[in-house]
Amino acid sequence: MSRPSGRKQDNHKISRELFVLTYGALVAQLCKDYEKDEDVNTCLDRMGYDIGIRLIEDFLARSAVKKCRSYSETAEMIAQVAFKMYLGVTPSVSCCSAAGNEFSLILDQNPLVDFVEELPAERASLCYCNLLCGVIRGALEMVHLAAEVTFLQDKLKGDAVTEIGIIFLKKTEEKKHKRNK
Amino acid sequence: MADEALFLLLHNEMVAGLYRAAEQGEGENGRCITKLENMGFRVGQGLIERFTKDTARFKDELDIMKFICKDFWTTVFKKQIDNLRTNHQGIYVLQDNKFRLLMQMSAGKQYLEHAPKYLAFTCGLIRGGLSNLGIKSIVTAEVSTMPACKFQVMIQKM
Repeated sequence: MSRPSGRKQDNHKISRELFVLTYGALVAQLCKDYEKDEDVNTCLDRMGYDIGIRLIEDFLARSAVKKCRSYSETAEMIAQVAFKMYLGVTPSVSCCSAAGNEFSLILDQNPLVDFVEELPAERASLCYCNLLCGVIRGALEMVHLAAEVTFLQDKLKGDAVTEIGIIFLKKTEEKKHKRNK
Repeated sequence: MADEALFLLLHNEMVAGLYRAAEQGEGENGRCITKLENMGFRVGQGLIERFTKDTARFKDELDIMKFICKDFWTTVFKKQIDNLRTNHQGIYVLQDNKFRLLMQMSAGKQYLEHAPKYLAFTCGLIRGGLSNLGIKSIVTAEVSTMPACKFQVMIQKM
């Protein structure tokens, strides 16, 4: 016997749909305001960055995770904890470089594009989910990790999967805090 | 629960981003509120469709307004409208004493002049929701002391 799982489940789903719909409305508005795709992408990235620098605090408060000891741990944290918490999906992580500072997150399911069928023809180079890149970049910067985050593959543009690439850049300063003896 | 933070941040960033663009561009300030309201309208339309897929038919206008105050508001803002008043002639006033989008801003009169920007999207949300339930309306908002605010809905007879 299956009873409806209750309003709570639906409310959670609708809460997420509110976010997805709002994001869609935002992208549509930006497309109206800016002619060039690059401008829209830059704008989305910038907004994502501003959101990311604030979101990290919310994330750290909710998850109470310990400090990550390596880049790969950080990437795993982003994929398994952060994405799961905010978007309800868990991308898979793979390391792309021998130096151990390039990673890619592969998303089979991207909730942000739930209501998007395809990009309009005149907007072929629009990175619809560019906000995500900005969010990750901003959040990492607030924990003193400089990174470059870009979309390597995008399902909306015809690729097989959606792939986000994170390249950790060298830290500009290394502070060793020596607490009181 | 984590979704609230996301939506809140996105909403605030949208307002900030639009105004930033307007400053750098032609400086048409009034357009920003309209843009935000239109975005809210579109989202409201979509959201109410998803929401009312399985609910029973609404008996009348008042029933619809009660739905907006209770179920709709609870899902979107995690609480119900505190007070609904009507003159039974097509004007409804929805009062929310602790409006979530203003909670973080101030608890009094500080930043009062900025409040309308943050209410425009929600006005559109209500207008869009009502529109897809067959009601044409005009929605405005007013704030006298944050975080309490009132949304006034004027039903337009078609």
